[in-house]
Amino acid sequence: MRWIREHLVLLLGLLVLLYTFVPIFVVVLMSFNDPDSRNVYRFDGFTLDNWTNFCGAEGMCSSLVRSIEIGLLSTLVATILGTLMAFALVRHDFAGRSATNLLIFLPMAAPEIVLGSSLLALFVASGFAGQLGFWTILIAHIMFCLSFVVVTVRARLAGMNDTLEQAAMDLYATPAQTFWRVTFPLVFPGILGAALLSFSLSFDDFIVTNLNAGTTTTFPMYVWGANQRGVPMQVNAVGTLMFIVSVAIVVVGELNNRRRRAALT
Amino acid sequence: MAEMTRRRGRVGYLLIIPAIAWLVVFFVVPFYSLLATSLYDPAGSDFRGYEMTYHLSNYWDAISEFKGPLGRSLLYGAIATLLCLVLGYVLAYAIAFKAGRWKNLMLVLVIAPFFTSFLLRTLSWKLILADDGPVVSVLQFVHLLGDDGRLLATPVAVVAGLTYNFLPFMVLPLFASLDKIDHRLVEASSDLYGNPVVSFFKVTWPLSLPGVVSGTLLTFIPAVGDYINQGLLGSPNQRMIGSVIQSQFVDANNYPSAAALSMILMVLIVVMVLVYVRRAGTEELL
Repeated sequence: MRWIREHLVLLLGLLVLLYTFVPIFVVVLMSFNDPDSRNVYRFDGFTLDNWTNFCGAEGMCSSLVRSIEIGLLSTLVATILGTLMAFALVRHDFAGRSATNLLIFLPMAAPEIVLGSSLLALFVASGFAGQLGFWTILIAHIMFCLSFVVVTVRARLAGMNDTLEQAAMDLYATPAQTFWRVTFPLVFPGILGAALLSFSLSFDDFIVTNLNAGTTTTFPMYVWGANQRGVPMQVNAVGTLMFIVSVAIVVVGELNNRRRRAALT
Repeated sequence: MAEMTRRRGRVGYLLIIPAIAWLVVFFVVPFYSLLATSLYDPAGSDFRGYEMTYHLSNYWDAISEFKGPLGRSLLYGAIATLLCLVLGYVLAYAIAFKAGRWKNLMLVLVIAPFFTSFLLRTLSWKLILADDGPVVSVLQFVHLLGDDGRLLATPVAVVAGLTYNFLPFMVLPLFASLDKIDHRLVEASSDLYGNPVVSFFKVTWPLSLPGVVSGTLLTFIPAVGDYINQGLLGSPNQRMIGSVIQSQFVDANNYPSAAALSMILMVLIVVMVLVYVRRAGTEELL
């Protein structure tokens, strides 16, 4: 009894944490579901079909491929532009710093529906209403990923002091050598984190995408549409796979960190 | 740490110009387009084009036609934010003060649900809250719900979905605030005979206010604009403003009305945020 009273807050906290995981268990469970009908969403029986016949759901794999393409491309562009900007903000002096900070903050604070509808208004006004699709989605994703990249990389840069770089310069390293051998490896974990964040933001986006997609279908849009027609259980296999890959990335990253810390001490 | 010297000169400008250009062209200019579109003559169409007539009545028409979804979105968003605050505070408090060496692991677990798709997680609630599902059965057993009572297609399901989906946005800023609190202050309060409840409300809670403010904003803003939860868990009776804007734009091609609604939502949110932040006395956050 006393033990419970002493650990009450921790227990309640763990309960909340458990609650956040309930839907994940459902996604994994449903990836093995053998449904009786497409219209009722419940667990009817066990099967491996959804995994062995992964692309059996019509149109799902092509939407998945499209989401991955858009995710990779927007991550690449947003990470490059955002990293350059983060360097400028931390390491360089220029006019209009507070306006720039506001420009980075606002896209993160605005509701997605407003971001998406303003972009659509621009595309329509400039005569691109008929060309909505892959490229307009890409433009939108780069726009909303950019701010998150800047904030993440800037945090890494700001928490770093320049003594190592000064040491390298004192030892006659050229500016280029100093950058690539010292600065870049130190900032790299921040850039990598920003890229992963970008990819997951892009891959998972629905509201902005749905406004600017035209007839193109991304994975979240496929799930949304499938909800009206009956959901093929393969989407849960995709969800499970996403979860496993993300956990693997986190675990590998953490192991790498530990190894590096062990090597330093 | 020594203040880093910032270099002057052209390089800084060269580094930021690409990103600034992208944000100006695809974030600032679109905002202007949205404003302009909201004032077009609503008699126009995709084919004939729109005429700029500074049609302010678009705004009144949009409000009077869609005040239901608008008010509902703000209400659902507010309730979900409150629920998130309660659940999130417990979790963030447990991680900051009670987790010990498990702190980092628990933080990773907080964001782990993000590792799978938003829509699939929401779809899972459709199964959990289903008419013959576990939650409804239990509620019927304890007579909180009638025999033909249901949760899906009710406001309860929509708010539950919103609460679930935006909880991590609440937990992380709360944790950041709580983690910074100096434990000696709480100890001092109990040394001075403050009981745990008094210590909490006089010391911990006021010190965590910056986290409470940013957490509630990060939860409220996306929750108000969201229509995924309503679409998957609710019914047209719970229609939220995001869904109206989407269909006015894409299905009805009624651009001026959709743009006006979008502007109204944005202005409402900005006003509410400013009032709220002022009352909470945490202006330095913005």
